[in-house]
Amino acid sequence: MTAEPTEPWSVLDPTGTLRVDDRVPAGADALDLWAAYRDMVLSRRVDTEAIALQRQGELGLWPSMLGQEGAQVGAGSALRPRDVVFPTYREHAVAWCAGVDPVQLLGLFRGTTLGGWDPRDRNFHLYTLVIGAQTLHAVGYAMGVVRDGDVGTGDPDRDRAVLAFLGDGALSEGETNEAFAWAAVQNLPVVFFCQNNQWAISAPFSVQSRVPAATRASGFGFPGVRVDGNDVIACHAVAREALERARSGGGPTLVEAVTYRRNPHTTSDDDLRYRTGAVNDDWAARDPVDRLRALLTGGAGPPGVNDFLADLGREEEELAERLRAGCRALPVPHPGDPFLHTLERMPRDLERQRDEHLAFVAGGQGDRS
Amino acid sequence: MAHALNAGLRACLEEDPKVVLIGEDIGRLGGVFRVTDGLREDFSDERVVTSPLGEAGIVGSAIGLAMAGYRPVCEIQFDGFVFPAMNQITTQLAKYRHRSEGRISLPVVIRIPVGGGIGAIEHHSESPEAYFAHTPGLRVLCPSTSQDAYDLLGQAIRCDDPVIFLEPKRSYWSKGEVDPEAPAVGMDRARVVRPGDALTLVTYGALVPVALKAAAVLAEEGRQVEVVDLRSLSPIDDDTVVESVRRTGRLVIAHEASQTGGIGGELAARVQARAFYDLEAPVLRVTGYDTPYPASRLEEDWLPNVDRLLEACDASLKH
Repeated sequence: MTAEPTEPWSVLDPTGTLRVDDRVPAGADALDLWAAYRDMVLSRRVDTEAIALQRQGELGLWPSMLGQEGAQVGAGSALRPRDVVFPTYREHAVAWCAGVDPVQLLGLFRGTTLGGWDPRDRNFHLYTLVIGAQTLHAVGYAMGVVRDGDVGTGDPDRDRAVLAFLGDGALSEGETNEAFAWAAVQNLPVVFFCQNNQWAISAPFSVQSRVPAATRASGFGFPGVRVDGNDVIACHAVAREALERARSGGGPTLVEAVTYRRNPHTTSDDDLRYRTGAVNDDWAARDPVDRLRALLTGGAGPPGVNDFLADLGREEEELAERLRAGCRALPVPHPGDPFLHTLERMPRDLERQRDEHLAFVAGGQGDRS
Repeated sequence: MAHALNAGLRACLEEDPKVVLIGEDIGRLGGVFRVTDGLREDFSDERVVTSPLGEAGIVGSAIGLAMAGYRPVCEIQFDGFVFPAMNQITTQLAKYRHRSEGRISLPVVIRIPVGGGIGAIEHHSESPEAYFAHTPGLRVLCPSTSQDAYDLLGQAIRCDDPVIFLEPKRSYWSKGEVDPEAPAVGMDRARVVRPGDALTLVTYGALVPVALKAAAVLAEEGRQVEVVDLRSLSPIDDDTVVESVRRTGRLVIAHEASQTGGIGGELAARVQARAFYDLEAPVLRVTGYDTPYPASRLEEDWLPNVDRLLEACDASLKH
């Protein structure tokens, strides 16, 4: 049996036409569309610059998020400061919304660090490369939030939710399914935000699932919502509702944001071996940034729109320059650094290994090779 | 020893409200070995969590709990069932302190009943310690006495490092006094449990009492064997072993785990590198064989026992 395919919920169509819908928060709760546009444009520039830096040999690798800014800014803009994020390795726009310095995202891909930022500063945990592993960390963190009593108090400055990101490939991992089951039976304050970008490297979504991702949630016993991932307004509304349900004690939600990874999996991938340029072009026509821009600048555009766009253009250039300079200035690690922080106190044998290595690096190579 | 572990868990639950136990069947049932018996009743379901059946979930959620400021103590039901959690242990738990440049520690303890000798069925008698000792970022402990079980468990829970805590399951029913006030030996130190000058016999866990029996036999023959209980399998306290070998000149290492890539080989390499000219004989190992753990009708002869230890000691002493 297969479930009926559910059309992803959408309010802003690819032409930039906004449909009135009660589920979109209004008034003081409404998404600031100008801020969302700015976040999408600037985080896209981070992505574009990082690809350029990889091409110049400054980064070893970069996983591009091009095309997924609507889903990510929609979710990221729904966060409150006490909420906690567990990302994959492609949440560059969520990191942007959380306030992580984008230069710090580059270290992992430049080979200067295995982490890059202090997860406590912005409640944004380190990128997780092992697919699905972070979903269980989100579950455990949410168990801690429950034990701290920070759920369902009604105090907006106290209640917290955990937002776990995953891709469509992660739906097939056992750990993800354990995370869903654990979150459900414990009614945990966690939102699983699945960006279904259609491709897990070369495997299309049909390899992972016979049903839409959101459909799976009902089998675990919590709501699943399917949303147009290229519609930042819809994504924000859905994420906001799910996070609020989590904070108030209503339990987990699985959001499936249907989107598209317009670039190869990483800069090392060749996507035209498994998909056609025509499909890529088709999705380019549904771009999340373009459609919000069309809405904001529709007709003659509101007064001041040209100034806003000009300022944003300047801001983009400054950001790009800061990224280029910041990337090259990332500190090269010391040869002794791999030996640090494996355990709280370095064991004697590891001290011996470190000393041997440092002596070697300091010039012990000799002249025989 | 099971009672000592229970008392150790109880003391930690009382001492620190952030300590949370999590594992399969550890609530009402008290765990399949009853190590958590009565704790749920005294400390609530919130702190003694009967988990869904999923080892990756147990360790993965413990990581998240630790990130949220808790000190989770996981129970894996049997040694052979830890492998679904290996991804979380090796790629996540062991690395996060390093990846976060020391900013975030994950004080997670993973208790695992290990080893054979109880007539169990498949997957219930394994000795997986080398996998963990091979993984940087983990501590691996294995007590052999009730007092050590109590002390080491408390030290493991208070420690900010992730700790794999191996409980030799055939020692669960062995009797021993526990003095909670007794000064504890450092958790990364080996311990000389019987002094001697003729040969150094190193082991850990359930084989410590076996080694002591072998040493008693040899003592009747006039040869004093020094028995060293490693206690910590990572880091390994090779200083204590090397110091002993410098006096005795001979080394026999015993463990239940299969031979290739085991703790014994690692220790032998370290000792020959540091005490080569003190050795009077080749370093010998008495271990489980490089086979799947056998059907239980065969385990008595497959496991290192007193006779196999005596043969190895004799061979070393003949040199």
